[in-house]
Formats: sequence, C-alpha cells, structure tokens
Amino acid sequence: MNKYYLDHLQELESEAIFVIREVVAQFDRPAILFSGGKDSIVVTNLAKKAFWPARIPLPLIHIDTGHNFPETMKFRDELVEELGVQLIVGSVQESINEGRAVEETGLNASRNELQIVTLLDTIEKHKIDAALGGARRDEEKARAKERFFSHRDDFGQWDPKNQRPELWNIFNGRKKMGEHFRVFPISNWTEMDVWNYIRHENIKIPSLYFAHEREAVYRDGTWLPQSEFLVLREGETIETKRMRFRTLGDITITGGIESDADTLDKIVDEVSASRSTERGMRSDDKRSDTSMEDRKKQGYF
Amino acid sequence: MELLRFTTAGSVDDGKSTLIGRLLYDSKSIFEDQMEAVRQSSERKGLSHVDLSLLTDGLRSEREQGITIDVAYRYFATPKRKFIIADTPGHIQYTRNMVTGASTANLALILVDARQGIVEQTCRHSYIASLLQIPHLIVCVNKMDLAGYSEEAFNKIVEEYTEFASKLAVNDIRFIPISALHGDNVVKHSENMPWYQGGTLLHTLETLHIGSDYNHIDARFPVQTVIRPHSDEYHDYRGYAGRIAGGIFRPGDNITVLPSGLTSSIKSIDTYDGPLEEAFAPMSVSITLNDDIDLSRGDMIVKENNQSEVSQDIDVMICWLAANPPRPGAKYYLRHTTNEVRAIIKEVVYKMDINTLEHTEGDINIKMNDIARVRLRTTQPVMYDAYRKNRTTGALILVDEATNETVAAGMIR
Repeated sequence: MNKYYLDHLQELESEAIFVIREVVAQFDRPAILFSGGKDSIVVTNLAKKAFWPARIPLPLIHIDTGHNFPETMKFRDELVEELGVQLIVGSVQESINEGRAVEETGLNASRNELQIVTLLDTIEKHKIDAALGGARRDEEKARAKERFFSHRDDFGQWDPKNQRPELWNIFNGRKKMGEHFRVFPISNWTEMDVWNYIRHENIKIPSLYFAHEREAVYRDGTWLPQSEFLVLREGETIETKRMRFRTLGDITITGGIESDADTLDKIVDEVSASRSTERGMRSDDKRSDTSMEDRKKQGYF
Repeated sequence: MELLRFTTAGSVDDGKSTLIGRLLYDSKSIFEDQMEAVRQSSERKGLSHVDLSLLTDGLRSEREQGITIDVAYRYFATPKRKFIIADTPGHIQYTRNMVTGASTANLALILVDARQGIVEQTCRHSYIASLLQIPHLIVCVNKMDLAGYSEEAFNKIVEEYTEFASKLAVNDIRFIPISALHGDNVVKHSENMPWYQGGTLLHTLETLHIGSDYNHIDARFPVQTVIRPHSDEYHDYRGYAGRIAGGIFRPGDNITVLPSGLTSSIKSIDTYDGPLEEAFAPMSVSITLNDDIDLSRGDMIVKENNQSEVSQDIDVMICWLAANPPRPGAKYYLRHTTNEVRAIIKEVVYKMDINTLEHTEGDINIKMNDIARVRLRTTQPVMYDAYRKNRTTGALILVDEATNETVAAGMIR
C-alpha cells in the first residue's frame, strides 16, 4: 500500500467538500436544509470544513412541522449559535393558518406531506437557488436515482425520467429563472459511513440518537414516542422503554427501537449488526411502494 | 478501508441482476425489510422467483416495465473494501447511461454468457470501458453451470475476448468462470471447476491494486473558489480552495497559474484538520501562496516545471447525450474542471461504430448515443491534459445554451 491513498471516509469527505464548494461557487443564494437529523448535521459539519477558516457562507433552513422533538430544537439553536450562521425557519403551522396547506385528518394523519408546501414557499420567499440536503442514495430506491445536482422546475418538481446526465465530477448547475437545484453532497455515503464518520470526527448529535428511557406505544413494528400529538388507538398502551432513534423526523412519525446503545461505539456496533434499514421505522415511507418517488416529484426533500 | 467504484452493464437475461443480487446478499448488504419488499413485489407481479432486479430498479416506470432505464447506484462493503456499483442498462440506446456510469469507475465488470460467447453487447461495453479509460476489467464468464462447467468452453471465450481486446486500450483484464445463480466463484470457490486456480470474483474485487489509478506525477489544482474570512484572526488570509486533480503539492513548490502564466510559490496547504506537508489527488484542500496574484475560479495551479496544455482548439472524443442532434454552428458552454468557456463544434472527424470498433464511412451526422471524434474551438483557452493521462483534467461536458441541458461528454485526445 503506498502512502498516497485516501481511505474510504477521507475520499467521501473530500468528494462532499468538493460538491459543497461547487454549490457556493455556482449559485447566488444557496442554503442548507437542516432537519436536526444526523445526515443534515454531517452536511453542516462538512460545510464548516469546506470554508474554514471562514464561516459557513450559507444559511440553514429548517422546516418546522410544529411537531418537533424538543431535543432537536434545542440542538438546532445551539448549533446555529456556535457556527454563527443565519437560521431561516419555515413553519408548517403558518402555512396551515394561511390556508396554503390543509391538515390531514384520519388515523394516519401526519404533517409529512404538508412540509412540501412550506419548503417550496420558503425556497421561493428567500430566493434560494440551491438547497443542500443530507439525502443518501442507499436510503431508498427512488433516492438511488438521484444526481448530486438535482434539477427542480419552477413548480419545484423533480422529473426522474428526464434527469441531466452527471459525468465525472463536472456539475451542471445552469438553470432558468424560478428553477432551483437540490444538491446532495453525501449521496455516496451509507448509513454505516455516516455513523463511522460521526464517531471518527466526534460530531455532536442530538441525545435522541442515544439509548434513553422513554414512554412510547408499539405501533406498526416500531415504538412511537409519547407526545401531545399522539392519539392512542383501541388496545394500545403506553409503556416505558429503553430505546433510541435511528433517524429523526417529525415526532408523530418517527419510531424508535429498543436499544442499550448509549455511546457512539455501541451505536456503530448496533447499526452494523442490524438486519433492517433505518427508514423501515418511518411510517411515511410505508404508504406505498413508490411513496418516496411520488413525494419527491412534488418537491419533497 | 479503500473505496472501489465499479460499473456493470447488461440486460436482465445475462444474469447481471442475479450477480449483483448475490454480491449484495452474500456480503449481507440486503436488509430483511428490503428483501421482504422485493419478495412482496415479485409476488404481486406473479413471478415464481424473487426478482432481485427490483432492488435496483427504483423508479415506478422501471418497475412496471421490468427494465433499468437510468444509472442506479448500489453500495456494499466487506471487511476489506467499500464498493460503489454504478449499474447501467446495456442496450445500444442507453450508451449515454453506460458512459455516465463508467465516468467515475475504477473497474468494469463485463458479463459474458458461457453458451453464447462474445456478443455485440460485450464489445460495446468493453469499448466504452476503454474509451472512458477504466483501468481494470473483469470478464465474468457466467452461466458456467449451463456449459457443463467446461474448461474448454471457458478457454475458448478467453481466447476470443483476448483477440478482440487487443484493439482496446485496457491493460488489466482478468477472466473468472462463474455461475451467478449457484454462486460458483462469486464469493466461494467452486467445487464444480477444480481446474480454475484463480481468485473468486469477490476476492479479486477486494484485493486488486487500485492505489496507482490516480496520476501522482503531474501536479494539477483547478481552483474552485477563494476563501477570504475577513475575520480579525485571519484578516489577510486568502486560500484557494479546490480538489487536487493530479500529482503531489508541497509547501515551497514553485507554481505557475494558468492561463495567466503568473508565478509564485506555495506558502501552505490548509485543511480544517490542520496544515499538510503534502497533498495529492483526490484531496480537497486550500492552498495559500507567497505572493498576492490575480487568481480565481477556473484558473489552474500547476508546477512551474510541469505544465498542462493550454489551447483554444481541442481534439475530443464525444458521446452525444441529448435527444436533439447538435445544431450547425451552435455555441455551447464547455465545462472542464472548474472552468467554463464557450465552444463550437468546428468539425466532425468521424463517428465510431461501437459494435465493430470501426469508423462509420461517410456518415458524420451526430445523433443521441453516438460516439464521435470532433474538433472544438473555444472562446477562451482551456488548460487540459490528454484524458488517458488524467481523467479529471482530460474530461469535459458540453451544455446547451438554450436549454441548459448537458448534451455531450468529452474525452480530450
């Protein structure tokens, strides 16, 4: 082995930094879509490395469903403070109040799809021309087809059958007025890579990822956390469990797993032994075989 | 752990999906819920077997039609290496997708049906691998179970392929007899082919030497953006951010900036994690210089004693990616490393018939999926190396000024 080689995490890091710098060089008003989940935290961290010693020249955009884990909100505010970046919040509740979005009703109601309206409104209001996200191709089969630079038309829509070919590392960010791009710097990372990187870089993440005691109800194969928004169904009971979350989204749709993993080392071990995907815990992906593709076409993350 | 990117091309019936499925399954990269979803979809489609292609065919239309339309990326890892597979459709009307998948690959996996030998698709995929300068080729002679696990059948294909490959520019070609369906020589050595002494496919993927795939001789640094913190602590800091495209840079090196020809020397090579004593491809770094010179995005830093070509006339092999043919006299944006200039296609020299590897006589009208040699004239100088010398500084794309679509991929000769 000669000494002029990078290991896989270094190579993925270098690729992501290159992509983030391309975004800042090619666009006028780029931003980072920040959910408070580990993937967007990693992207934010990579942006910090990409422009050091300067500050991150991008605002963070948070789409607030109003159904948040309090831990996520606290984490977000502390990170924004530490990095000295601008925070833009798009509120789903405001979209509902203004009549731009309509609250779902019924047993499986969630604000997941409503986020699309708020996200696109926020992008338009702040004239964002490139939104960096933490989506990965290994997460989901429609995301496996994503480009690094993913074009969105003036309705914010993705046209998966008509994507620009992407060759080498030459990224074409040319667009017309009103169109924008979604950019995914960690496209080539797997869940395992993200965890190994977080451990290697000792990146701070919300406490929700570590095992803790929590009240939850068992529904559809996962432990849904107790919250003011949870409506118990017949036969369901609240139990106290030692658990953690593998992904973080809206509190009403993010299920946890029973776990004792309370350190990054234990999480890495648990993830590498796991026989199911992280999004298996997300009820938003279970609606149909192509629910991610359908939501992405409309402008979802 | 090293990262190996490889590409595969082919149609459903040559066993490619089965092979990828087996690599993923045997390396435990398919999760139970994914397997369950595929099992259910296969059942709904009325199939008697679990169709592993449903794992990679992600779009609604692909799942409906049972074909791969676009490049799909798959990931798996063993304790030795991490792999990225660019899985592409193999029909001639998807040449552009094969080119896309091949552009970032270190290795191409070519499947040959043991009963049929070399067919058009084999030639096509091999030619694209060589055109895109993929350094390693593995030819998997598949369906050996249907050829009686015969050494003779295998040798005949090796011979046939070797003769064909003498026309290609690939140095490292290996042959492995396999049965993707039964797993022979994929992950485990086959008991059915004791005459085969070489490594299994997975072992070969894990151990093949890829450390020399980057050019570590000719130092090239295309500047992406300039970092100016304007903070008290770093008031006069001016870092040139970019990803090293070739060679090795060290503080103290005498450098030249292209195209301006201005010279200076490297003061420091910085990263968030601290300064570096040396930096090489494909690292992302920031370089500071000892002199304040005019330098911005699109410029290239090279060493004073080893400079790239600088020209406005370039000789390129292109693959046409767009549905519409090039318009006569039209200008395109030419994107090359971090640089953008405008260009016209001055002349089409010839078109390749990628099934026979011969020039097409008399026909120089470029259409989608065509591969052609062209001469481009640019408005500003382009700093480049031949693609065979450097896959980063030798590659370009053309973007249509009217539609903003990426219409061509180019390899500079």
